[in-house]
Amino acid sequence: MKKYVCGICGYVYDPDKGDPDGGIARGTAFEGLPDDWTCPVCGASKDEFAPE
Amino acid sequence: MKNIYSAVRVTDKVYWVGAIDWGIRDFHGYTTPQGSTYNAYLIMADEVTLIDAVKAPFKEEMLSRIKSVIDLSQIKYIISNHSEMDHSGCLMEVVDLIKPRKVFASAIGVKTLKELYHGQQEIIPVKDGETVSLGNMNLTFMETRMIHWPDSMFTYLAEEELLFSQDAFGMHLATLERFDDELPQSLLEYEAATYYANIVLPYSAIVLKTLGKVASTNWKIKIIAPDHGPIWRKQLGWIIDLYKKWAAQKPTNKAVVLYATMWHSTEKMARAISESLAEAGVKVGLVSMNDFHRSQAAYEVLDAGALILGSSTLNNNMLPQMADVTTYLRGLKPANLIGAAFGSFGWSGEGVRDLEAVLKEMKVEIAAPSVSVRNAPNEGALKICYDLGKTIAAELRKRMGAN
Repeated sequence: MKKYVCGICGYVYDPDKGDPDGGIARGTAFEGLPDDWTCPVCGASKDEFAPE
Repeated sequence: MKNIYSAVRVTDKVYWVGAIDWGIRDFHGYTTPQGSTYNAYLIMADEVTLIDAVKAPFKEEMLSRIKSVIDLSQIKYIISNHSEMDHSGCLMEVVDLIKPRKVFASAIGVKTLKELYHGQQEIIPVKDGETVSLGNMNLTFMETRMIHWPDSMFTYLAEEELLFSQDAFGMHLATLERFDDELPQSLLEYEAATYYANIVLPYSAIVLKTLGKVASTNWKIKIIAPDHGPIWRKQLGWIIDLYKKWAAQKPTNKAVVLYATMWHSTEKMARAISESLAEAGVKVGLVSMNDFHRSQAAYEVLDAGALILGSSTLNNNMLPQMADVTTYLRGLKPANLIGAAFGSFGWSGEGVRDLEAVLKEMKVEIAAPSVSVRNAPNEGALKICYDLGKTIAAELRKRMGAN
């Protein structure tokens, strides 16, 4: 599964880690994140992300 | 006397050419009782370079200070480390006036400056780690995204061992003293902490990462020149260690009791909780939102291990002062806190429920049951508040022991 980078703040979404604070379990692919998921660092929406 | 403003020499080749804003009190919701400075710097290299600019109304002050050193037309490069308007408000006018050969910003800085000013001036994006030659000197850039905007970057001047750190290590403090060693340490610590709490705190994880990144460059740094407040030339290790401590957000033996009251009942509860905490050896920051500004609350929370919120109920809601400060604190994302809620009410009592919801949203671990009292607290109710203080104190001790 690919990592994705936030184009605003540079945060990297790593599917192996998920986003525990945002309620996203480990092993969740970026494509599998809910549409209203936002960057845990800057709050940017999913469409600001690009594959690393 | 034509020019009352002069540049201040920082090193043989670098001058401070900023502006002092003695009167500002509201910095987008952060109160600044001591005013501020907008720092800009002039590098007297072969290619004379201006680092950052100032807030729009202070353009003439900055230009006057530059003119005390050189003619404006001598400036060849301008660097924008941070596009927020207190540093870029007059930038495009200054570019039009000086007509430098090149203007540089980070890639996101270029985009932000375009979206703020809609100008035609060319701004060249620089990459993380890129070096630009000024002839006899070199500038190296480091992206510092989210410290504290996405565009933010540091600029390092190797030949003078000087780091231009834009808002990092800054503070809102209007003074004619320009250097850390000219000011009392307690004042520096208070204002730097207030600035960190109100501006940098949400990005603490990135602060730790960035400090590591700077250390890994092997840059020799003798001077840190921020965009607000004094220049660090003596106590660099001290301020960097404070940043590490504030960013780590480790549990501490301090509780903040933050409340608003209508007819002193919630206040009595707050006082009982505070006295009990202090008796148990906990340091207490008691902040009444009837009297204090939200920035003071943020300052108190910065080094706290517990956050205890209190409110009366007004028209089926928490008091607006508490809605204000909790919205503000939620955005600042303080971490690693335990907490509880309390308050008095007349007939319905939603205030305490609202505060509990806020604590949960802020990921504060609720460590004691809420205390909700109809009308004024009697002896029994105050005893329950007292016990709440004891419970929080015991929990803080446990967490301190675990770390």
